[in-house]
Amino acid sequence: MNSVSDDSLVPGARAEFLAGVRAEMPLLLGIVPFGLIFGVLGLAAGLPGWAVMAMSVIVLGGSSQIVFVQLWGAAAPFLVIGTTVGVVNLRHLLYSASMAPYLDSLPWRWKWLLSYLLTDEAYMVAIQRFRDGPATAHRHWYLLGTGLTLLAGWFGSTVVGVWVGQAIPASWSLDFSIALTFIALLVMSVRRKSEICAALASGAAALVLQPLPHKLWILAAAAIGMLVGLITYRWWGEGRTER
Amino acid sequence: MDLLFLMAVCGALTFLLRFSFIAGNRFLPQSPGLQHVLRYVPPAVLAALIAPEIFAHNGTLSLALDNIRLWAALVAMAAAYLTRHVLATIAAGMAALWCLQALFPG
Repeated sequence: MNSVSDDSLVPGARAEFLAGVRAEMPLLLGIVPFGLIFGVLGLAAGLPGWAVMAMSVIVLGGSSQIVFVQLWGAAAPFLVIGTTVGVVNLRHLLYSASMAPYLDSLPWRWKWLLSYLLTDEAYMVAIQRFRDGPATAHRHWYLLGTGLTLLAGWFGSTVVGVWVGQAIPASWSLDFSIALTFIALLVMSVRRKSEICAALASGAAALVLQPLPHKLWILAAAAIGMLVGLITYRWWGEGRTER
Repeated sequence: MDLLFLMAVCGALTFLLRFSFIAGNRFLPQSPGLQHVLRYVPPAVLAALIAPEIFAHNGTLSLALDNIRLWAALVAMAAAYLTRHVLATIAAGMAALWCLQALFPG
């Protein structure tokens, strides 16, 4: 009865949400081993099991959580732990700026919720849909789908990691799974030559800048990569050949 | 309780970083130029996160060809390029790493 008429050509909220879930699911093959490792590392650093599990919901940021437990295990001062977690997560400012125009017209409760869920993996998948897909009224549900899927996989694997404890041998190299996940996202998302140049420059800069304190090299390398991307875009005049 | 407090601070900080421009979009210049710059966020950030995992594993820089993570990463890149599947990429990369570890122990 008097429900809002739904244009059958435009994907509705449910369809967008499920599309986001489906797009995020394959990434869990890389996320789950990383969550297991985090669970084990957290216990090894002397944190109680409940805290390790709670952190995956409260902070919801893989690499920053690993830094947190390593510093906690080394009895670092609170200020150092807080600062380092903050700096490791500074790149989320870039995600926020890049996502902002697509979420601008949403009510505040959506902005709060989707900001909380704006992890590396949820952002990287969703931004491709926002940028290249149709500008429909329900597209924010896609980000909700990628974000909740990531949260469920990350929290679930942390719980299992805490539960199985020390049973994961380091020789399995499961920590490499997160790099492989990022490799998949990177290779599949680059289209332009200038994007490849941005990636190469950023990767090289990240290695050179490793000595920077508090993992500042993440943001510094990303900034250099973006600059090189812009310069090479102009250099090749990619804007004229492609639209 | 100290631990819970510190986790809450770190969680709030992380949330605020993610919330920043989503909340304050009107403070961003609404120009195509900015969106053009931000297009390079995914490749630049991903590469910055990947490179040290391959070349600076365990905290020491190893650019030599005996770095098996480099070869496993190249296999993963080839798999991603050819299959366009995330699952295939991660599986191929892990399989390559395990094979190389078995062939060249230590």
